[in-house]
Parts: sequence; C-alpha cells; structure tokens
Amino acid sequence: MEKIDLKLLKEIAELEGTPQGAYNIRKNGGAGGRACTEHIVIDTKTDKPGIDIRIAPGTQHESVHIPVIITETGLTELVYNDFFIGEDCDVDIIAGCGIHNTGCETSQHDGVHTFYVGKNSRVRYVERHYGEGEGSGARIMNPQTIVYLEEGASINMETTQIRGIDSTKRETKVVAGAGAEVVITEKLLTHGAQTAESDMEIILQGEDSSGRVISRSVAQDTSQQVFYPRMTGEARCFGHVQCDSIIMGNAKIKSIPAIIADSMEAQLIHEAAIGRIAGDQITKLMTLGLTEEEAEEKILEGFLQ
Amino acid sequence: MLKIKDLVFQVSDEDRTLGILQGITLTIPDNKFVVITGPNGGGKTTLAKAIMGIVQPTGGQILWNGTDVTGMSVTERARLGISYGFQQPPRFKGLRVRDLLALASGREDLTHDEGCQYLTKVGLCANDYIEREVDASLSGGEVKRIEIATILARKSGLMIFDEPEAGIDLWSFAKLTETFRAIHDARNATLVVISHQERIIDLADEIVMVSGGKITKQGPKDEIFPQILANTIAGCSYMSEGAAQ
Repeated sequence: MEKIDLKLLKEIAELEGTPQGAYNIRKNGGAGGRACTEHIVIDTKTDKPGIDIRIAPGTQHESVHIPVIITETGLTELVYNDFFIGEDCDVDIIAGCGIHNTGCETSQHDGVHTFYVGKNSRVRYVERHYGEGEGSGARIMNPQTIVYLEEGASINMETTQIRGIDSTKRETKVVAGAGAEVVITEKLLTHGAQTAESDMEIILQGEDSSGRVISRSVAQDTSQQVFYPRMTGEARCFGHVQCDSIIMGNAKIKSIPAIIADSMEAQLIHEAAIGRIAGDQITKLMTLGLTEEEAEEKILEGFLQ
Repeated sequence: MLKIKDLVFQVSDEDRTLGILQGITLTIPDNKFVVITGPNGGGKTTLAKAIMGIVQPTGGQILWNGTDVTGMSVTERARLGISYGFQQPPRFKGLRVRDLLALASGREDLTHDEGCQYLTKVGLCANDYIEREVDASLSGGEVKRIEIATILARKSGLMIFDEPEAGIDLWSFAKLTETFRAIHDARNATLVVISHQERIIDLADEIVMVSGGKITKQGPKDEIFPQILANTIAGCSYMSEGAAQ
C-alpha cells in the first residue's frame, strides 16, 4: 500500500496497515485487499458494484472493516454493500471513506449500505468521512444507510464528518422491530463553502422499540447544513431526537426535527438548538491561560467529542 | 504584590455617564487573604473582572508583581498567575469536568487521582463528577464548585473568587472554608474573595468595603468587621427605627 493510502486508512478507520479480522478495502473503484473469517464471509456482488457481507448466527466480538479510499481525481462511483447479520451476534462494523483529490475533477463516492440485523443481535456501526488534497476538484460523498432490526436487535451508529468533504447528502432509514433499539450519533463540521444535508427516518414499528438520535454539528464560514430527522412511533415505544448546532461566520443551518405518533402508546421527544459559542465560555477558557483561538478550538472539540 | 492605582471604569450612553469604579486604589501584599465586601451593585465584580482583564478599565493602572498588566489580555494575565472564579460560571456541552481540570492545570496528562483531589477540596464526591459533562445537567451549586476546583488546579499566585458561597449547600460550604484556610495557611498564594459570608470574612487578614464604585472602608478584619455590622443596621432607616421601638 502507498503512503497516502495508509494515511487515509488511519483517518477513516484508525488503522495502521491492514485490519484484524474480516475486511474489504476498496481502492479507486477496485479491489484493495480482502479477508474473511470462519464466521464472516465477504463476496463480490455479481449484478452491481459492491459486496455482500454475511455474518453467521452467534458470531461474537468480531469486527468487519470496509474502508473505501479514492486517490484518483475524477473517479465517481456508486456502490451497494449489503450486510446479512444472523441471530445473536455482537459485531463491530467499521466503514468510512477517504478521498485524496489533488486534481481538478470531482471525486465522488456514493455508498448504499443495507443492514439486515437478526434477532437479538447487537451491531456497532462506525462511519467516518475524510477528505484532503490540494486540487480544485470537489470531494463528494452521498451515503445511504438502511437498517432493518428484527426483534430485540440493536444498532449503535456513529457517523463523523469533520471538514474535508465539499458536498454530502446523507440518507438514513431505520425500521425497528419489537424490543429493538437504535442509537444514532451524528457529528459534523463544515467550513468554507461546503454543504451537508442529513435526512433521517426512524420508524419504531415494534412494541417496546426505542430510538435515540444525537446530532451535533458546527457550521463555519459560508457553509450550509440541513437536518431533517424524523421519528415515527407506530407502537408502544420511546423516541428522542436531539439536534444541537454551533453556528459561526456567515454559515446557515436549518434544523427540522419531526416526531410522528401513529399510536397512543408512543412517547416521542424532540429538541433542537442552534446558537453561537457563548462569549463567557471563551472568556472562561482564556482565564485558564488559553488564547481566544485555542479556547474556540477546545469548545468545538468538546462539543463534537 | 497586587497594586491597583486610581482604577476607573465608566460606561456611557447618549444621556449620561455612569461611574462603576470611581478611582479604586488598593495594595495587597503577597500571600494575604483579602475579602472584598459591600452592597450589591457597588462595583465588586467589576473590580475583580478588571484585575483579570475581562473588563477594560477606562482609567488607572493594575500592577501584578511589579508588571503593569493594565493593557494585557486575559490570556496574558492568566499566564502571569492571575486566576478568577466566575460568580456565574458558564457551562460547556461536551467538555467534561476532567477536561476543564486538565486545561486549568495546563497538563493534558493530569491523572485521575489529581483531578479527584481538587473536586474533594470543594466537597464534591470525585468519582461521581470527574467524567461528567459540564452542561445543563449539573445544578448551579455543582457548577460553582467545579469552577472553584478549576481555580485550585491552576495553582496561581493570585486567586480571585467571586462569591464562592453562592448556591452552595451548608455541608459543602464547610469544606470550602476549610480549603480557603488551608490555601492561606500554606502562604503561597494571594487570595482575593468577594463575599458576604461571615465565615469567609472571618478567615481574612483584611477587609475592603466597596460601595458606589469606591473603597469606603479598609483595614484589618477585627477592626472593620464590627463597623460593617453596625453600619448595616444604622444605614437602614426602617431597620434602625424598628430597633428603636
């Protein structure tokens, strides 16, 4: 692997070289390495670009890394990755995409990830977006994530995009069965003239299902963000949507959380706040010896941590 | 040594000029414990903020250990060993108590035990708080005590506390006065505490009474404290008439 590949892998998956356990590295639209384990099998799709990941029932404490790296300018791709997770599993799935664009053409990765999570399985899904490169070519990522949770299953999804991506449109849909639990933590920082849109739909379909969305974002310079998290309760369930944004410079943020109850037993809450960094927060950190810039950086770091 | 010379702070609007500080002159020798007291709106907090650099005075001079800090930024003053505990400390979404203590001590590698020691000194059960976020989930009294803990962690030469007792329960307050006494006994920091609390005033070497933007009384605790108490009654016609009846 080249130096630049290793750097991208470290940024998106905290990897030093090839990962442990099962993995599939996609590089510039082609194969960059793959490993299966006894319980986790990865196959290339035959009808469209992408892979199928099959995790055997009862697989415990294993991980799958599926990073995507793009270093060619002008490469545009649409990839379908399907995860079939058996019953009673406990697995970590680490995805992410890093683009290094030094050219003047647009590099774009659109990924459609679909998860079928079997009964009583627990999945932790981590997705990081990272972009770099001096070129004038745009770095674009449009991830689509669809999750079906069977009875008692859970997914804990963490998505992070801190700078580097010029345009992103994220679509997330989760359908939770009886007793299933979905937790989504979204962290986003845009700057320059970047744009980001996150459209989320959580359907709490089964009895005693629960959902929690925690979205924290920072918009700097002239960047623009739109959040549209919707939570629907169709049975006795509990849902909480929390969107918090810090606005800076001449940025624009639109936050439109929606809660929809289709059952009298549904308990749904939403909170949304947009505001600037409070002056007394900066002053307080300056009294601890930080400069104004360091104070601002610490406040943002804490907010997105 | 802290030297304040003829400090003035005025705010103006279209119609009038208001003198918040009207020529404060004060010298506080090293390692002294000075309590600043006086009626609400008298200029105590403005004076404290001017020493820290949060408020820029419109006249006068502030010298800390011989250095003129009047034109310096908050950051520069902090690095020279001046610290200030806010009367109403801000909250931070996402920053944990341990992060603030690490920032205050200037050491990212501040150990769990060290962090906990500062919390214990302000009457907080350290293990319950060290990993908590300093956000709206904490009560006013809790945030206030965490604020005081950050000042302790700074180990600065001049510690200014702005009404440290406000919002703190009786039990924690006892712990706090003990901590102030211990800092004073160690004789390696100057303490300036804005307070109305008898038990804090009782710890002081000296009392400075600030009222209407001026120092109206100043001297050793044993001399000034009885006068303040007498004035409180005499100054209010309703109370003094009531007392006479």
